[in-house]
Amino acid sequence: MDFDFNDEQKMLKQGARDFFEKECPKSLVKQMMEDEKGNPSELWKKMAQLGWLGLIYPEKYGGGEGNMIDLIALAEEMGRACLPGPYFSTVLLGGLFILRNGSEEQKQEILPKMANGQLILTLAMTEPSDSYEASAIGIEAKSNKDDYIINGTKLFVPDAQIADYIICIARTKKGTAPEDGITAFLVDRKSPGITCTLLKTLAGNKLCEVIFNNVKVAKKNIVGKLDQAWIPLQQTLQQATIAQCAEMVGGAQRALEIAADHAKKRVQFDRPIGSFPVIQHVVANMMMDVDASRFLTYEAAWKYAEGLPCAQEIAMAKLWTCEAYQRTAAAGHQILGGIGYTMDGEMHLYFRRAKAAEAALGDSKYHREALAKELGM
Amino acid sequence: MDFKEYKIGEYDNEDQKKFRKELGEWLDKNISPELVESTWILRTTANIPYAHEFAQKLGEKGWLVPEWPKEYGGAGLPAGYSTIVAEELSKRVLWAPGFLGGLTGGVQGPIIMRHGTPEQKKEWLPKIAAGAQFALGYTEPNAGTDLAGLQLRATPDGDSYILNGQKMFSTGAHNARYHWLAARTNPELPKHKGVSMIIADLTAPGVTVTKLTTIAGDRTNEVFYDNVRVPKTNRIGPEGEGWSITRDALTAERGDLGTFPWPKILVDELVQYVKETKRNGKPLSEDPFIRQTLAQLTTDVNVLRLYGRRLNWMIEKGQDVSWSAPYSKIFESELSQRIATQGMQIMGMYGQLEQDSKYAKLKGHIELAYLTMVVRSFGGGSNNMLRSIIATRGMGLPREPQLAMPVKK
Repeated sequence: MDFDFNDEQKMLKQGARDFFEKECPKSLVKQMMEDEKGNPSELWKKMAQLGWLGLIYPEKYGGGEGNMIDLIALAEEMGRACLPGPYFSTVLLGGLFILRNGSEEQKQEILPKMANGQLILTLAMTEPSDSYEASAIGIEAKSNKDDYIINGTKLFVPDAQIADYIICIARTKKGTAPEDGITAFLVDRKSPGITCTLLKTLAGNKLCEVIFNNVKVAKKNIVGKLDQAWIPLQQTLQQATIAQCAEMVGGAQRALEIAADHAKKRVQFDRPIGSFPVIQHVVANMMMDVDASRFLTYEAAWKYAEGLPCAQEIAMAKLWTCEAYQRTAAAGHQILGGIGYTMDGEMHLYFRRAKAAEAALGDSKYHREALAKELGM
Repeated sequence: MDFKEYKIGEYDNEDQKKFRKELGEWLDKNISPELVESTWILRTTANIPYAHEFAQKLGEKGWLVPEWPKEYGGAGLPAGYSTIVAEELSKRVLWAPGFLGGLTGGVQGPIIMRHGTPEQKKEWLPKIAAGAQFALGYTEPNAGTDLAGLQLRATPDGDSYILNGQKMFSTGAHNARYHWLAARTNPELPKHKGVSMIIADLTAPGVTVTKLTTIAGDRTNEVFYDNVRVPKTNRIGPEGEGWSITRDALTAERGDLGTFPWPKILVDELVQYVKETKRNGKPLSEDPFIRQTLAQLTTDVNVLRLYGRRLNWMIEKGQDVSWSAPYSKIFESELSQRIATQGMQIMGMYGQLEQDSKYAKLKGHIELAYLTMVVRSFGGGSNNMLRSIIATRGMGLPREPQLAMPVKK
């Protein structure tokens, strides 16, 4: 039984913390929230040089051969830093899908450049139907000689506006089950017919509407097997969800620290407000929430790294952590009071991101339903 | 990082394998079906019939405390053997840690080992090893959450103390031979410094045990001390050291409370229930509200498990757990209450039927839980106080200042 990272992972984690403190101050985070691209290029290059983009990729694609536990050590620090940019969309959604499902040629062509910081990727899955269910995939790809023609709208696509490639999840066949007949297409974002519009979001994360208007994609740019993208897609999302939970844990931990520090320093009624049991109770709840999130996430990551079945653990980690993160950030605001409520503050960054993280990759309701199915209900 | 689930017996060496087999066979012969059944009824072990008789039998083999030296009534076995006993018991009765704790008191043995004089160890350890029953005597009518405010007086008189006062909610005192008392030996000192641990004989003249019945139908007791004489040699540890001893015992108890098995049992029962039960022609398990509720409760049960594992890990590393043990206690108690409340909602009108009522479902577990779980958020330490302990000891928040004008008693 061991709840801690090993020495190498601790070094990675501390190194990442120090790096982000220097290279990703909150002033940059806030700036990026307003920025159309949202990806400071120097920061991205440095992360590539540090090997963090290719961290869990095989060496032959320019990666570091790391495992899921290495990844979450890094992801926690990204959450603490409120790291802007396309790490998730590029490395954990687009990149991992190609690694899992792409041809050797596709992997050789894309992954080393991704690890190097030269390519931005994303995965276009959700649509205006606002659901991660298979039945929500309505966008159609129709076969036409050596190509497919894609028509439809994808919504809430992360970082599409700066992506070089968009992996578009489209329906190629109306099968017996909605999971049947879904195909992944590697689409050059600059293809004619693609319109990308940046949405304005609560957390300033770059989500886009991507309209596909008769977009032609060569058959060789199908990633994986025709009609059979659903399962590898789910597996990719599961893997990404673990890292997302770690990112949330890092953010929630920082929110807790800010609130506790404030409670120790802020004096009202001639004493630090942290000496009032009411405040102590709120902080204790935050601590229990953050630790539970951490343990659920760590166990899911460990099981994943060991190759053990972990669908239940991933569902539990996400469903708990995103609500716990929101509770923690909200409690943080309550403790800070007025001083945390202006744009100068830091707490609102976590408050916003907690909600954004809930919305991506399935919220608590979605994962509770997934768990209910796993329990045979 | 390592979350490997340990399989019972997987690290046994040859000797341990042999012991486990011998122990298992003996347990199968000596644990009656009535005893097994009685551990499944959500009641405190101190009140389970047959438990004391069984403890004595186990004690005769030296297996109640197998790692203690033979001179103290143990079996002189190396570290790891008490775990084997607990594991084999867990296979046959419900919640062996609580079972064993309820039998021996749980805290007295280790404390006497650590704080007792050689004479005290010779006197008391063999009794504990033989299954002598202790009841805890901490709480008083005026000393609950503020336990340090306890007033039961142990007045020095030659080579004795004279005990006067009252203990409250002393569960098991009606069955026990000995009372493990936190008593005030010096009322002149500040309240935390004037407390000592004293063992009293509950059969002594001047001791009156009065029955109290909880809302869940469990028995607990008031115990009155009227000029009861105990030898000074019954005081464990130096005079005035009782508070730190009690506090450490309470911390250990909080961790143990988190291993309470009923949250998992009840949620598993409810999941099975909704799969098998139809309402308006459809299985309850198809109701989205019920699916969401049970998925959340399942996750909560897993969180409780992980809090417990983290606590064990910290204990193994010798870390201070005074701030993390309460996690388990707080979460388990509130989860148990949620399970009872939400379980009631799921079961509809059937939820209110007591276990021996016609039409009762799930052996009335949910109805009983609804009443028994009420105490868990204040018994063993009020969750309100425990949250303050977590925040002050675990996150460094400043403690609440003492009132300048205490209320006169």
